[in-house]
This record gives sequence, C-alpha cells and structure tokens, in this order.
Amino acid sequence: MSQPIIKIDNMNKWFGDFQVLKDINLEVEKNKKIVVCGPSGSGKSTLIRCINRLEEHQKGTIVVDGNELSENTKNIEAIRAEVGMVFQQFNLFPHLSILDNCTLAPIWVKKMPKKKAEELALDQLKKVQIDDQAHKFPGQLSGGQQQRCAIARALCMEPKIMLFDEPTSALDPEMIKEVLDAMVTLAKAGMTMIVVTHEMGFAKEVADEVIFMDEGMIVERAETKEFFANPKSDRTKLFLSQIL
Amino acid sequence: MISKNFTTNLYLGSFLILISLIDVTLNSFFKLNFTNFLPGSISFFLPLILGTIGLYLIRSDYTGLKQLDILNKNVNTSNFNAVLTLLIIFLIIKAIPPSMSWMILDANISGDSREACTGTGACWTYIKVWFKRFMYGMYPNELHWRINAAFILVIVLGMAGLLATEKLKKYLALYYVIIYPIIAFLIIYYLISGGAFGLEWVETGAWGGLSLTFIVSFFCLIFCFPLGMIFALGRRSSLPTVRYISIGYIEFWRGVPLITVLFMSSVMFPMFLPEDFFMDKLVRVIIAITLFEAAYCAEVIRGGLQALPRGQYDAAKSLGMGYWKMHIFVILPQALKLVIPGIANTFLALVKDTPLIFVVGLAEIAGMLALAKTNPEWLGFAMEGYIFASIIFWIICYAMSKYSYNLEAKYKTER
Repeated sequence: MSQPIIKIDNMNKWFGDFQVLKDINLEVEKNKKIVVCGPSGSGKSTLIRCINRLEEHQKGTIVVDGNELSENTKNIEAIRAEVGMVFQQFNLFPHLSILDNCTLAPIWVKKMPKKKAEELALDQLKKVQIDDQAHKFPGQLSGGQQQRCAIARALCMEPKIMLFDEPTSALDPEMIKEVLDAMVTLAKAGMTMIVVTHEMGFAKEVADEVIFMDEGMIVERAETKEFFANPKSDRTKLFLSQIL
Repeated sequence: MISKNFTTNLYLGSFLILISLIDVTLNSFFKLNFTNFLPGSISFFLPLILGTIGLYLIRSDYTGLKQLDILNKNVNTSNFNAVLTLLIIFLIIKAIPPSMSWMILDANISGDSREACTGTGACWTYIKVWFKRFMYGMYPNELHWRINAAFILVIVLGMAGLLATEKLKKYLALYYVIIYPIIAFLIIYYLISGGAFGLEWVETGAWGGLSLTFIVSFFCLIFCFPLGMIFALGRRSSLPTVRYISIGYIEFWRGVPLITVLFMSSVMFPMFLPEDFFMDKLVRVIIAITLFEAAYCAEVIRGGLQALPRGQYDAAKSLGMGYWKMHIFVILPQALKLVIPGIANTFLALVKDTPLIFVVGLAEIAGMLALAKTNPEWLGFAMEGYIFASIIFWIICYAMSKYSYNLEAKYKTER
C-alpha cells in the first residue's frame, strides 16, 4: 500500500453549537477515486471543503500531501494550489473571459509566463471541448459549458487532487452527461478525485470506493461493487433503495 | 374597437382639450381672455373644466389608435390624474413667457458697467464683467495662462492612460492611483503657486473661482477613492484591530458635518501643530474633504463587496490565491463595477459640497458670487449669479453622471 495523499484523523467540526462533522477518519491513496454520497445536510460538502480549508475544522488533524492544515496561511495557499476544486455553482469569474479565468491563477499564483499559461489553458480547454469558446465570457456559455470550463480552470493549476462538490446538481439533465464525460476522462487519466455527487451511474463507472455519510458521520465505506451489491448498514440500504 | 358613439366622443373631447389649451396659451402669451364675458372665477377655471371633460370623453380601455392608447394608459387613467396633467401643462405654458422675457427678451448683455442694465430683465453684463473673477478668483489677470496651462497638462496626462499598449496595461492602475496624483499635484503646485522656475509666487488665498472648484474636486476625488477602498476592505477584515480602526474611522467621519470638519481644519488644526510647521490652508482643506468623503466611499464600496456571492471568494481561494491577489484580480474588479452608480453619487455630492470651503475663506465659484454680489457697484444681481453658477454646476455634474453611465456600459460583461 502506498502512502495516503490525504489523511484525516478524528476530525470534528462545529457551526456554532451544531456539530456538522463527527470523528471523521479517512485516508485516500494516490490515484484513487472516491465518491461521497448521502442525504443533504449530512456534511459531505463540508467534509471536502475542509480538505482545502475553505472551512476550518476545530478538532483533529488533516494532512494533505504531507502538509498539515493549520493556521499557517502560506502553507494553506500552497496546499490549495495543489488541490483543485469544482463547485456546484461553477463560480467562474464573470468579469474575465474563459481563457483569462483559466490563466489567472497559473500566472499570478504559480508565476507561470503568460504565453505558457495560455498554451496550457487552451490545452485543458480542448480536453473538455470548449477551446472554441475561449474568448467568450462565462455569462455567454451554457451551464454545462461553464462547469467544464471550471474543471479546466482547476486543472490549469496542475493539481494533485481534484475535489468535486456536487458538480452536476445545478445543471439541466441534458448537460449533466457532458460534464460527467469530462470527469470520466479525467478519472481514466489517473487523477486522485473525491467527488460528492448523487450520480450513482458515475460512481459505478469510475469510483474505486464509495463513502456513505449521514448526520456528520461516515456510516459506510466500501469498494464500489461491494457497496452497491450488499450494503451493510440499514441506513445505506434505505438511501440506496430511494436513490436507485 | 371604436364604436360610432366613441368616435363622436373622440372628436368632441379633442375639440374641448384644444380649446382649453388655446385659451391658456392666448392668456399667457398675449394677455387675451376670450372668455371674459363670463364671471371671473368661472372664466379662470374654464380651461381646466373643459380640458377635464375633454379627457373624460376620450378615455377608453382600448381603441387601437396607438397614441391615444398610450395617453390613456399613462396619464389619462382617472379624472384626478387628468386634472393633475392639465394643471402641470397649464403651469408650464404660464411660466414660459415671464421666464423667457426675464432671461432673454428683456435682458441686457452689452456694455461693461452697471448703467448698461436698463431693462427689466436679467443683467448678463454682470456675469460678463465678472467672468474672469468667477473663473480664476483673485488670481492676477496676467498670470491666468498658468492656470490654463496647468489644467491642460493635467488633462493630457490623465488621458495618457488611453494610449497604453497591451504591455503597459497592467501598470495602469498603479499609474492612476499613485503616479498620476503625484505628478498632477506637482504640476498644480509649481505652475499655479509658482515660486520656482522664475514663476512669481501666488498665495493660495488668491486662488478661486471655477478653477479652485476643479482643483479641490479633482484632488479630493482621486485621493478619497483609494482611501475609501482601503477602509472598505478594512471593515471586512478578519483582523480585529484593522476592523475596529476602520469602523471607528468610518463612523467618526460620517457622524460629523463637513462644515465643522472644514472649520476644524483651518482654525483648530494649526493650533495643535508645532509653531514652525506650516501647512497651506488649501492643502488642509483638501485633506479634510478627502478624509470626510473617503468614509462615504468606503461604505459604498463595502456594499459592492457584500453583493458578491461567497462562491467567488471560494473559487479564488481554491485556486491558491492569497488575500491580496484574490481582492485585486477577482473581488475588487467585480465589486467596483457594481458600485459605479453609488460612487458617482458620492462624487457628485462631493463636487457640490466644495462651495462649503467658503467658510474658511476660500472662494470657489459660488464663493466668488457671494463676494461679487456684495460689491457696492453691483448690488442686486444675486439672481443672475446664482443662475450662472447653477448652470455651471449642472454641466459639470451632468458630464460626470454621463461618464458614469458610459463606464457602466463599458464594463458590462456578464448576463
């Protein structure tokens, strides 16, 4: 077994008095694809937002690629540069063109020369098949195109890990497929991915493991086939019977 | 569709409205009253009564006649609205002849002394004679070219940004926020003040008129904006010290009237300074107004910052951007675009607040008017002066608001 790239130990998080995450223990190895599912409000999004410290945890440790997440901001910025994230609402920068969205961080965070950054961005945009839209603004694109651009933008930082926070939940049904296709391609290329999603088809196709969360706890974690074939806890069974 | 009955109503109604308008117009322009065979009060109210009946007759839900439908839908919706509409129209018709005769027909502009003003109308001669004073204050006549030259230089340098090539574009913000204000200050200081390069020294007390309005507004505008931005960010900072200092600053300056701030700056402030330390009165006033307006700017900008969805912050952070990179490249460009109308509002208010510097003895255009109207040779022309100043201020402010609309349109990219 190789060294885990993400190691979460006994992590707890509260929003005020409300405990959102309870004693989370999770190890993710390099190149593994993990799907996190569960009912809404179960803490899935909060969990992956803790991994790049968009949320702060109060107890326990999170180690990403050998760096522990702490108050040290330099450290956090370095970790965030290595961890790409795709959001439910795309969160593209509306005042910048698609190309500028992709080159902004490589140029200013990684100090990449502009020319090189643009080549890289066009390359990534080509992989998600929107290189012909490079000079448009996000508002001119469809939801599916925007989400694919968001994936390309994250990939332009050449991250080691990609986090997906319900990437298809805000999309029209016919656009879901184009985004999932882009994610499948990425998974096949060997990226380490943690995906919060309700798309069980995607989970079956690419996930190595599936995690089921409820009420801030990891209820069940199993290999994908095992998870769908014979789930152990009753809560998981109930969830699967409703969603499938 | 139009019934036969309604067609009759339409003609009759239009006729009555026409009669009422003609009656008021004749009365207003030619002092004719063709209804004077009627008792006084009925004659007086007749146009209103006829017009209201006329509007009542032509009122209908849908006629298919485009103009008539627009009229019925927007102004002629009820008897009350019809009366109000007629009253406003009559008032305008009544107001035209006296104002026209005062401003143009009976007005004087020739000559260069008070005696030239013989008519009953406005005395524009007064404006003509005092024009240079209104523009340049007490600045010596033969040195006016220095003010003109300084302004032209400042404007040319301000437009230099438009020529910036793709390569220099990223330094544009730096240029406008730091370099340009300094250069502009030096130009204004050395050209208008003089005292160096063989130019005769002119003390700031002699500056005045419209040129002083421009100088004060210009420096206050370019300094208060970046300062406001800093306090807007400071108020949202997660560092308690920075946050409380910003809140304290904003609440202090928003809580005191500008006139007391100006007074303090000119009267009290020098007392607190060591004796050998001298700061020009004009500089003190500019600093005071800048600090004052920066607090308003800060709150306007903060409004823009709060309007941005949290996702924008998340996205910028997730790409590894730190606080400053995130704000410079992602947050501020969007927030500032949102607050263009609010900033324009603040800036217009600032320009119109500049006459207050009169209380510390600096006479910009409204101040020069106040001086001029007390000149014994030219008593009694305050009205002309204030109209003149209003027109000037209106032109400046209208140009600024037009410019802000242009900016809005220029930076409109999304949705």
